[in-house]
Amino acid sequence: MNKTVANAEEAIKGITDNMVLGLGGFGLCGIPENCISAIVNKGIKNLTCISNNAGVDDFGIGLMLQKKQVKKMISSYVGENAEFERQLLSGELEVDLIPQGTLATRLMAAGYGMPAIYTPAGVGTEIANGKESRTFVFNGEEKEYLMEYAFEIDYSIVKAWKGDTMGNLIFKATSRNFNPLIAMAGKITIAEVEELVPAGKLDPDHIHLPGIYVHRIFQGGNYEKRIEQRTLRKKV
Amino acid sequence: MLTKEQIAQRIAKELKDGYYVNLGIGIPTLVANYIPNGINVVLQSENGLLGIGPFPFEGEEDPDLINAGKQTITTISGSAFFDSALSFGMIRAGKVHLTVLGAMEVSDTGDIANWKIPGKMVKGMGGAMDLVASAKNIIVAMQHCSKDGQSKLLTECTLPLTGIKCVKKIVSDLAVLEVTQNDGFRLLERAPGVSVEEIKNKTQGRLVVEGTVPEMIF
Repeated sequence: MNKTVANAEEAIKGITDNMVLGLGGFGLCGIPENCISAIVNKGIKNLTCISNNAGVDDFGIGLMLQKKQVKKMISSYVGENAEFERQLLSGELEVDLIPQGTLATRLMAAGYGMPAIYTPAGVGTEIANGKESRTFVFNGEEKEYLMEYAFEIDYSIVKAWKGDTMGNLIFKATSRNFNPLIAMAGKITIAEVEELVPAGKLDPDHIHLPGIYVHRIFQGGNYEKRIEQRTLRKKV
Repeated sequence: MLTKEQIAQRIAKELKDGYYVNLGIGIPTLVANYIPNGINVVLQSENGLLGIGPFPFEGEEDPDLINAGKQTITTISGSAFFDSALSFGMIRAGKVHLTVLGAMEVSDTGDIANWKIPGKMVKGMGGAMDLVASAKNIIVAMQHCSKDGQSKLLTECTLPLTGIKCVKKIVSDLAVLEVTQNDGFRLLERAPGVSVEEIKNKTQGRLVVEGTVPEMIF
């Protein structure tokens, strides 16, 4: 089995206007830079994007926002992006803000084949409006939980550190974040990796996400890996 | 009145040996600078790390290694990485002993608002709603009053809520207060030079003052 495709352009084949995309990353850490560029260049429009954040003005999903390719963002935190705020306030862009753990778990549920989960996040807040809730006695405590549905994603796009031709993925440090979860929630999942190796070269014990969740894989290039908040310690 | 650093320093005294702790963005992040000697805690970053270390030296920063505030960081020995679902799994399951976060408003029943100012700021709640809904012990670091002098410790929050009946303790620039089950805020300590009278005047929510209230010692 070989899931290798030549490049980002080939990887995003089949993504068309009005689709639901999932994109991995936390801030600018672990984002699929090559595929985002390819989507921007192709000019696909009216996309619904599920991603924890929306990039910054001139990088990450921010590049898609600049070209007005995004109809709706589903995220937990969208600060640090002036163009995003402008489009939101002018009504050009829809946004669904949901708690970060709920976002992660709704993705996980999709990959685990479960239609919904229960979480206490958002009980008593505006997030709970219109949602089904249920009280459970759990861990010795009676508490209210909200029912949250698994996501349905047409194409998931993630970035990993290493991958093999069968789609097995290994992530590096905190660039793992939402990537394996986005990957497992996609009907079709595209992985771009910094290093692509033949099947058998990665230790099966070290795989973070098994290739069954990945349909297309390629080695990306020219990773900028922009840092959002370069924070340093002074040498004494 | 306490500086931001002093608020962090006072909160650090609440840390106990063996604690796993989640520190929010802003003043809570500063708590890491004041962990008492002999106390070993592990800091959790909800983007997928247990064992946050100090900021890196110049030239050693790694774009793949950041905290939830998107700052470059390092790891301590014995640290572990994981994905965001597992990260909130351990938070929901109550494995994280203490959560420290900032707030715009807190009510005297422990409700907290810190994610949205309608019409002004709509950045999102990030992980705050998950943290406050599940953490066993929540300490809030905040300014007692807004810039125009309005109390932020209220009978009822006016801003959209992040969570209900969850805050256990508040360390403000004026005082340390416990949120009681039924009686409102209980004044535990005063900031140096701040009178009980001033704290009463600047607390709009119910305030319980019992006996002599000690001054914080630094």
